[in-house]
Amino acid sequence: MKRRLFLKSAMAGSAVATAVGAGLLTPSMVFANTAAFKAKSDAAGASSASAGKGSFKFKAPKIAENGAVVPMTVDASKMDGVTNISFYVKNNGTPLAASFNLSGAQGYVSTRIKMGKTSPVDALVTAGGATTKVSQEVKVTIGGCGG
Amino acid sequence: MGKIKLKPKARKGVIGIKCLIKHPMETGLRKKKGKLVPANHIVHMVVSHNGTKVVDADIGSSISKDPYFKFNVPGAKGDTIELKYKDNKGKTGSATAKSK
Repeated sequence: MKRRLFLKSAMAGSAVATAVGAGLLTPSMVFANTAAFKAKSDAAGASSASAGKGSFKFKAPKIAENGAVVPMTVDASKMDGVTNISFYVKNNGTPLAASFNLSGAQGYVSTRIKMGKTSPVDALVTAGGATTKVSQEVKVTIGGCGG
Repeated sequence: MGKIKLKPKARKGVIGIKCLIKHPMETGLRKKKGKLVPANHIVHMVVSHNGTKVVDADIGSSISKDPYFKFNVPGAKGDTIELKYKDNKGKTGSATAKSK
């Protein structure tokens, strides 16, 4: 029974591999993030490098025991006209975790992200066309991205 | 298809929207028994308040499994909040709730 299952799954696996080889499926379709998201991630990285220090609150744990679930909160409710809030994890394969475009909502987002290893995390807030950031180092004892 | 929990709660003119989407959020990089698990994660999410879009999020694979989000939107009790998401396999999900 086990052998039969193994053969079946091996065949299914090779079928996918040939599909990739034949160019039917581009690797970006099969793996992880889309090209558009990658471009956004690069743009966020560029704006992260040039951004000044923000005057909003960014809450993240100093030490995360489990990298698969790292809670973080950005509170920029006191800032006016917040249009975008992004989370940028420098040492992740795709550094941009998520980007929230806000229109009408207050500058507040709370979520949980995955981190592969210890890394500085940048919270980027765009208000009135200017991007500012607050950075914090999060230590991860068990990574959350595969392995 | 993922289940969505959507709990908007109004307090002092602000609705706190808590949402929990049940979704595996596979990165496509994780291995199980030596083979890669195909990517399956949410890429786009929209939250509407009384029909107008208030949050439009691009989400990467590095958001945790069963993602949780919280937003604050100005509004009052009884307002309608709607959440829609789309994952990289083209599957969509939505939920609607009246603010308490």
